[in-house]
Amino acid sequence: MSLDYENDGAFNEKVIEEVLSAYPDKFAKRRKKHLSVAKGAEEGATGAEGEEGQLLSECDVKSNIKSIPGVMTIRGCAYAGSKGVVWGPVKDMVHISHGPVGCGQYSWSQRRNYYIGSTGIDSFVTMQVTSDFQERDIVFGGDKKLAKVIDELEEMFPLSHGISIQSECPIGLIGDDIEAVSKKKGKEIGKTIVPVRCEGFRGVSQSLGHHIANDTIRDWVLDKKETTFEAGPYDVNVIGDYNIGGDAWASRMLLEEMGLRVVGNWSGDATLAEIERSPKAKLNLIHCYRSMNYICRHMEEKYGIHWMEYNFFGPSQIAHSLRKIAKHFGPEIEEKAEAVIAKYQPLVDGVIAKYRPRLEGKSVMLYVGGLRPRHVITAYEDLGMQIAGTGYEFAHNDDYQRTGHYVRKGTLIYDDVTGYELEKFIERVRPDLVGSGIKEKYPVQKMGIPFRQMHSWDYSGPYHGYDGFAIFARDMDLAINNPVWGLFDAPWKKKEQAPALQAAE
Amino acid sequence: MPQSAEKVLDHAKLFHEPEYQELFKRKRETFECPASAEAVEAQREHTKTWAYREKNLAREAVSINPAKACQPLGAVFAAAGFEKTMSFVHGSQGCVAYYRSHLSRHFKEPASAVSSSMTEDAAVFGGLNNMIDGLANTYSLYEPKMIAVSTTCMAEVIGDDLKSFIGNAKNKGSVPQDYDVPHAHTPAFVGSHVDGYDNMMKGILEHFWEGKERQAGTAINIIPGFDGFCVGNNRELKRILDQMGVSYTLVQDASDQFDTPSDGHFRMYSGGTTLADTAAALNAKATVSLQSYCTRKTLDYIADKGQETAGFHYPLGVAATDELLLKISELAGVDIPDSLTLERGRLVDAMADSQAYLHGKKYAIFGDPDFVYAMARFVMETGGEPTHCLATNGNKAWEEEMTQLLASSPFGKDGKVWAGKDLWALRSLMLTEPVDFVIGSSYGKYLERDTGTPLIRLTFPIFDRHHHHRFPVMGYQGGLRLLTTILDKVFDKLDRDSEIPAKTDISFDLTR
Repeated sequence: MSLDYENDGAFNEKVIEEVLSAYPDKFAKRRKKHLSVAKGAEEGATGAEGEEGQLLSECDVKSNIKSIPGVMTIRGCAYAGSKGVVWGPVKDMVHISHGPVGCGQYSWSQRRNYYIGSTGIDSFVTMQVTSDFQERDIVFGGDKKLAKVIDELEEMFPLSHGISIQSECPIGLIGDDIEAVSKKKGKEIGKTIVPVRCEGFRGVSQSLGHHIANDTIRDWVLDKKETTFEAGPYDVNVIGDYNIGGDAWASRMLLEEMGLRVVGNWSGDATLAEIERSPKAKLNLIHCYRSMNYICRHMEEKYGIHWMEYNFFGPSQIAHSLRKIAKHFGPEIEEKAEAVIAKYQPLVDGVIAKYRPRLEGKSVMLYVGGLRPRHVITAYEDLGMQIAGTGYEFAHNDDYQRTGHYVRKGTLIYDDVTGYELEKFIERVRPDLVGSGIKEKYPVQKMGIPFRQMHSWDYSGPYHGYDGFAIFARDMDLAINNPVWGLFDAPWKKKEQAPALQAAE
Repeated sequence: MPQSAEKVLDHAKLFHEPEYQELFKRKRETFECPASAEAVEAQREHTKTWAYREKNLAREAVSINPAKACQPLGAVFAAAGFEKTMSFVHGSQGCVAYYRSHLSRHFKEPASAVSSSMTEDAAVFGGLNNMIDGLANTYSLYEPKMIAVSTTCMAEVIGDDLKSFIGNAKNKGSVPQDYDVPHAHTPAFVGSHVDGYDNMMKGILEHFWEGKERQAGTAINIIPGFDGFCVGNNRELKRILDQMGVSYTLVQDASDQFDTPSDGHFRMYSGGTTLADTAAALNAKATVSLQSYCTRKTLDYIADKGQETAGFHYPLGVAATDELLLKISELAGVDIPDSLTLERGRLVDAMADSQAYLHGKKYAIFGDPDFVYAMARFVMETGGEPTHCLATNGNKAWEEEMTQLLASSPFGKDGKVWAGKDLWALRSLMLTEPVDFVIGSSYGKYLERDTGTPLIRLTFPIFDRHHHHRFPVMGYQGGLRLLTTILDKVFDKLDRDSEIPAKTDISFDLTR
């Protein structure tokens, strides 16, 4: 269900020039490398096959470089990448925000990693556990306190299956030895303790935090315990699905229906046991490539487990991904995959029949992290919508290469966009919808442009899988076609009549 | 198949469907290796015991669900209350993303602030270049009238010196020499966001007042303190002060910054205390702080400059508002107008109408020190009993003041004060000594779930309900709002407890 369209590249080039003119020269030069317009690539490309298809365009920008001071970058830090993304969702472990109180406080319950469990009894995701550093801990070091924190956690939460230590900035600066504490206390309490060096000043964004967190799984979890798990021929791990709003469950539904066993989900709704047994799986399915490709490469090298990227946003990519995954397992699973696709086709048809007429031709600008700036594109196109611009908070070069499989010629591309740039881009392009984060939501809406948070699904979701696509379509419709956008002008100042709108049934 | 285009189910309903319930069961039984159901139940029961409570309260090292944030959040909030001011937080950039998100989630408004984006090299060599480049960029891109600099804990640990850095940056031409760049060191490992507010307020006043001669006048300065209800409260305060005919300056007023209209334009800056008024505030007769624990150093500094000072604890309800008005009337030499006497009478009238439903109700109250003091006092005014009063960022002095407050009323005699404790401790307190309602922020919803005690959201941060902060809780009018908010919860609870047909609905009364 691919769309054929192009964006106005020449116009976008001009907008970039205009935006850069506001910077001091030195920084205009630096920012210029992060902004571009997608160039046309291979003839006949359709975008329907995701990363396997032909390139639709080339997105030539610099990425994974330090943010410029004072410009209002939207990025977070390594702690956010480790605690907030990779480790935080592991539900039967207690994750200590090690350092001052703030980091854990601001990230408390904000990523919507859904899980089933009794919070504070056998599950701990939506809790803020911190060593709450005081001045004396900075001066004398925090290792003794950390040991005591672990003892107290054992008293409070005896059913936890492990502990992770998420380092905040001061830990690395004051020379604490959290690895030594972890080893010692781990032996004492007989549980897995994982020290993570994800201090916020490391690296340039969340991205290094993902990498560090992946490495700690390799070094502190895998091969550390005997697992008695009986492996089967259709065992897969789902890697890089954080179960935001229940995404991983909507995905699991499809994988199970096509005859696969999801033996581990990393890391939404995950238990430590699921991660420990992962080397026994037959295939690693990776959704968020950016945050978890590292551990997939490691498992490929060490255990010979093949890994495969997939995309469960929107029916075109879901069907393509299901077939690709099935092909790996042979005809029996392929047959079942076709049955799954057929089973959900009436739902897909119903959703598109209902929402496409309401969304056809609407343009979208995205600015998110991880996989979404490219992965959600086809889902919008399935609804007849067009992508006018996209960009990543913390992508690397390989992400932008992959983006070329999704975006059309002339699309505006912005890496580590600043508040100033994004506002100007949106003002000039005037898309019909913007998908970005909480910090961007309210400025954009005040400009009269509908907005959806695309990190948290704006408190909705799931968006993965067929069940999720229906919700995605509903949410984009309710954002764009709400009557409030017609009320912005006071009648005594009104210039033009707002279009009459109707609610969806 | 549970999903359909006709009736789209999102997470709130979708996962209750049998297909998903079975999927959860399969996952749990086959793959999760969970603790046994018996062990979970036993532990759940154990957490309700006095034995668990004792261990819970004895914790010295780990903080679990604390109700406090770190200093720079308070500094960013403080700076948002001044004319066209951009917060510039020196240190790691992730922190700034967090402060902005945190404020936006509460106010449902933009929250602008920049970072000097220090990374590993700055950790080694210091962040001077980040300051020089950062100030220049902020000045060019966002055209603020003032840049207020605070610090993350990274910059504090490596010992960056803001004063000399800012001087250096000015010498390098990042911003003009006479451009306003006040600063405050705001280490996250000391105190909490209320201290960050204090430090930034002091930093801004020092910036405008140092080296100036005070010409004592007659105006009154009001400092609101860190207040998630500033949008409603500050406007109400101004209305009251205008009625009294007081000449005043609200020093730090974020009410317009966190309440801009939707009319097609994004305003990065709106309202706030003007820089001219901030400078002129030196000449006021007196400064009144509405939240003493947010302004300890600031008030000392102002007193040193020769002004009279007075501190309140977030005045709420009848008597606290009376005291505030009397103090202002005394300081400004004006009478309290009849119109306010009338408003007072209306609030008392409403409280009398509803007293039967509030008398003897027990409450757990948590939040910042000034807020907890205020709520406990108001609750006692309604005949309620503040049973557990908890401030994670409360200190010894607060504990003593609270103890005195509770001792001042028969309704406070069974109340206990918990300074420095967190919400996991409060969970134990509420499970061993139950109360009727818990008053606090959205974080209290976990207490509501675990103890069955209805939560009344009356303080920052409120993430899961919208727009409450747009209405005042201060003043007599605000008191009505406070009263109604509590009463709604009381009546809803009565209805929920009496709605089962033919069983409990004998008490499902139409008139209450």
